[in-house]
Parts: sequence; C-alpha cells; structure tokens
Amino acid sequence: MGSYILRRLLIALPSLLGISVVLFTVLALAPGDPFEELATNPNVPAEVRLLLRAKFGLDDPIWQRYVHWLMAMLKGDWGFSFISRVDVDTLIAKRVPVTLAVIGASQLLALAVALPVGIVSAVRPYSWFDRIASTLAFVGFSLPTFFTGILLILVFSIKLDWLPFVFRADIAATGWPWWWENIKQSIMPITVLGLFQGASWTRYVRSAVLDVVRLDYVTTARSKGLAEHVVVMKHVVRNALIPVVTLVALQMPAVFGGAIVTEQIFRIPGIGSLLIDAILRNDTPVIMAVTFVFSCLVIVFNLTADLLYGWLDPRISYR
Amino acid sequence: MAGSTPASATGETSAARARGVSPWGEAWRRFRRHKLALASLVVLALMALLLLFGPMLWKVAINDIDFSARLQSPSLAHPLGTDDLGQDLFARMLYGGRISLAVGLAAMLMAIVVGVLIGAIAGISRGSVDAALMWLTDLFLSLPQLPLLLLVIYLFRDSLKAAFGPEVGVFILIVFVIGGFRWMPVARLVRAQFFSLREKEFVEAARALGASVPRQVVRHILPNALGPVIVAGTIDVAAAIIAESTLSFLGLGFPPDIPTWGRLLFDAKDHMDIAAHWALFPGAAIFFTVLTINFIGDGLRDALDPRRVLSS
Repeated sequence: MGSYILRRLLIALPSLLGISVVLFTVLALAPGDPFEELATNPNVPAEVRLLLRAKFGLDDPIWQRYVHWLMAMLKGDWGFSFISRVDVDTLIAKRVPVTLAVIGASQLLALAVALPVGIVSAVRPYSWFDRIASTLAFVGFSLPTFFTGILLILVFSIKLDWLPFVFRADIAATGWPWWWENIKQSIMPITVLGLFQGASWTRYVRSAVLDVVRLDYVTTARSKGLAEHVVVMKHVVRNALIPVVTLVALQMPAVFGGAIVTEQIFRIPGIGSLLIDAILRNDTPVIMAVTFVFSCLVIVFNLTADLLYGWLDPRISYR
Repeated sequence: MAGSTPASATGETSAARARGVSPWGEAWRRFRRHKLALASLVVLALMALLLLFGPMLWKVAINDIDFSARLQSPSLAHPLGTDDLGQDLFARMLYGGRISLAVGLAAMLMAIVVGVLIGAIAGISRGSVDAALMWLTDLFLSLPQLPLLLLVIYLFRDSLKAAFGPEVGVFILIVFVIGGFRWMPVARLVRAQFFSLREKEFVEAARALGASVPRQVVRHILPNALGPVIVAGTIDVAAAIIAESTLSFLGLGFPPDIPTWGRLLFDAKDHMDIAAHWALFPGAAIFFTVLTINFIGDGLRDALDPRRVLSS
C-alpha cells in the first residue's frame, strides 16, 4: 500500500511538471505585458520600466525563467502580485478556504441528492419515479450554472427579497448571527453548484446500480431470505459505488470550473474570482499560481479516487 | 446521422429483419422508440430553421439603437423586448443563436477529428507510441479546463482579432480552444474500440488478404467504431455551446457587438431588477438547445451503442 502511494505520487509528479510547463509557456508567449500600465503612465521614465523588467527577469529566455520560477516555487516563494502588491501565497491562502467550503458543501448536497434518487431509480427501472427522476436529471445538467444562478437571484433576491445576492466575507457579527448570515448568503451558490452536479451524478449512480442489480450474487442474497433493504444497501450499493467514485473524481476539473462561474455570479471572494480578476488585469504571477493550484487540486482528487477505489474494492490489488 | 436514412421498417421487427434492413434503418427504428429524443429532434430542427431563415423575415438591424424604447418588455413591435440601448432583442437573439450553434458544431468537429486521429493512432500502434499518446491524453484530462480556456482566450484574443478581424478571429480562437480541450474522451473511446476491433475475425481476414494497415483502419475498423463517437460528438455540441456561453458570460468571449446568447446574459445581469426578460430569453434559449441536444444524444446512444441497450 505504502509503495503504491509512493509510485502513484511519482507518476503524478511528471504530470504536474508537464502542466506547469504548458501553463508557463502559454503565459510567456502571450502578448500581454504586466508593465503595460507603467508604460502608459507618464510619471514613470522608460529607464525605470526597463530596470524593473530586468529585475523581474522578464527579458531572459523562457526556459531560464521557467527554471527560475520552478526553483522559487519549490522554496515556497510564489511571487508577488503586481496589482495587489501582496505576496501571492498569502493572497491565495486567504481565498482557497472560501472556495473549498463552497465546493465541499455543494458536493455534499449533490451526493445527498444523487445517491438516494439514483438508487431508487435503478431498483425500480422504468417506473414512474425513474422516468420523472431521469427527465429532471436531464433538465438539471442542461441548465448552465450561470443561468440557474441568475434565476435564483431573480426569484429569491429581487422578487422575494429573502436572500442576499452579494457574498460578503467581512460580516461584522460574531457567534450565531455570523453563522446565520453566512448560511443565508451561501444557500444560493451551494444550491446552484450542488444541483448541477447532483443531476449528472444521479445518472451515474443509476447506471452503476443497474449494472450490479442483475448479477447472480444479488439473486443469491435474495434467495437467502435477506430483507430487500439489506440486499440493496449492503450487496448492491457497496459494489455499485466503485465506478461512481472514479467518475466523481474525473468530474473534479468540471466542478472547479463551475465554481469559477458561481463565484463570479454571486461575487464570492474565492480563488476562481481571484483568477478572473488577475486575468482581466494581466497579473501574471497570480494567474500562474492560481492555475497551478487548480491543477494540483485536480491531481490530488484523482489520487484520492484511486486510493478510495482500492479501499472500496478489495479485489483490486496494489501492485 | 441516423436521421438521414428514412425508416423503411415501419412494421414489426421480425418483418423488417426479414426484408433486410440496413444498419442505419435499424438504428433509426431504435432511435424513434425514445419519444423524448424524437420530440427533441423536431424542436431542435424547428429552432435551427428559425435561426437560419428568421433574419430574412425579421429585418430589424441588431445594432439599431433607439433610446425612446429602452428596456421595454415584450410587445408587438419588439417580440422579445429591448435592451438598455433600445436594440431589438429578437433580432439579436436570432443573430447570436446562429453563432452559438456554429461554435458548437465547429468545436465538435474539431474535437472529433483530433480525438479520432489520436485514438486511432494509439489504438493501432502498440507500445511506446500508444503509451505516449495516452499520457498526453491523461495530461489534458487533468488540466483545469475553464481556467485555461479563460487564460488562452484572454491572452491571444487581441492578436487574432488583428489578424482575422474581430468576428472571425474570436470565432476561430473559441472553436480551437473549446475543441482542443474536448477531444480526450473521444480519443479514449476510439482507442478502446480499436483494441477490441483489431482482433476481430473480419479484420484478421482483411489482414490475411493483404490489406495495408491504413486500409484496415479506414475500411474495416473505423466504420465499426463510429457509433459511440457519434454519441460523444452530439453531447460535445451541447458542451461546446455551454462553454461558449460561459466564456461570453464571464465577459471573455465574443465582443459586445456580437450578441451571442451568453453575451446577452452577461449584458443583462446588471439590469435584472427592471428588465428580467432580457436575461430570461437568452438563458431559456441556451437551456432548450442544450436540453434537446442532450436528449438526442441519449436517443442516439440507445440507437447506436449496442452495449448500452438494456432491453431491445
């Protein structure tokens, strides 16, 4: 087991390196210039600008800059934001927990919807419940998150005035009021993300359970006289969840993508809106670091899925 | 596509089989059983016709500014209302829908071509070539797609605009970027199909008769691997339309003078309290297009992907 984790990590490392090379090259080849603002500012003489460029190493060849960046990254120096004038790692450390909280809560919601609905649909395929659930699932993942977000804001914030539509990170209250405010402002973003994910997972769960429910060992379990819920929960679901775990992990990039949109709609100060701000203002070190953090998160989730897979299914041996 | 072959099999299955129905006819028969897919095909066809011929009948310019008719609700003069500059939303939606659909189709084609190419090369050649291509596929799968999409588009938009003009430049860029990030599932599908097909007896027979490798691939393996690819391609159109709308919605897609549905939503979201219709119509248009395409994809899966059929 230990050596398996080690080897999986060793496989993940070249991928991370590959991703960082791709990201760095794209950024380096791009025509944008982080010092553009200085160039148009008449108070900054051209020599100062050139000196700054030389100081930050913007005139070196690309591979030299990449090695330089990689070394700094490994030492924990993630660079300095040109726009906010703060170290990139403090900026990111401030934003990541918000994003992870919103994504985590929405994934829990998605599972809470997808597991029961998918299982009941598959146990009674082509019943009325299954038909309605399948149609709703189609509707759910055909609704783009930006449109659901707008609809929710329209209904609950503008028409009914129940929920705030701008997410505030600096709520002054403490204790219970603080929690209450945070729950109120998180309901809509979490619903948007959670229902979108839940809709597509419902289909995965349904088809995975359907694959298992016809197998012989399930018939055996029934003929032993086990109660139906024992057969379903202990015999069917446990085995059906194995492929679902992989699919959920493979969806992670899409989940983070959806989080960017949601953060933008509800103005949540998370890592996704940080990325968009950075892109719009050409803040190269922040862009590089945030995209890299996204890649790391995705790879970490893939790794977790592989490990969970083996834990769920003892037939898989780590070799 | 399945719909291009008219159904000769109107009667019972056994009767149809006896008369010798082509594989496409059989697929169409199975497709028609999926009522929602059939209904979606009709709705989508109607929408496509409206987008194609609508601008010829509704001759209002998309950039016809009229400050006396700002943010109006739907009326006879403006069936879908107007935006904050008094521009007619119906005309803008018709124009934007063409672009959204064109982006979806072009990006799908790009994803399919790249995916089939890489999947076929990996599937037919064993060893290091296969391993390298699959490593590349996995690398692309673990890239964070939306951040990269945003990044590439933002960084290269201006230079392409200068080279091809604003409309064509952004179109090329968006199609290439969306297509370039969606080929991986197709490549994996094609590779898996090739692995099982290339050991089948009919391919072996072709090989024994002296067919060259390209001929084996093009004449014998590829046509049999196409079913799942068509299904994946259909879903890809929907995904590409969502991707384009997302980019435009984030303000990083098409410029404001090219009103795609996502761009309309982006412009509308600051006026939602007084002009909800402005956001609702393009949003609903995206939703219905994507929904119908997804249903058609589901119907095609029943029709073309024999592994998935539970009871026929």
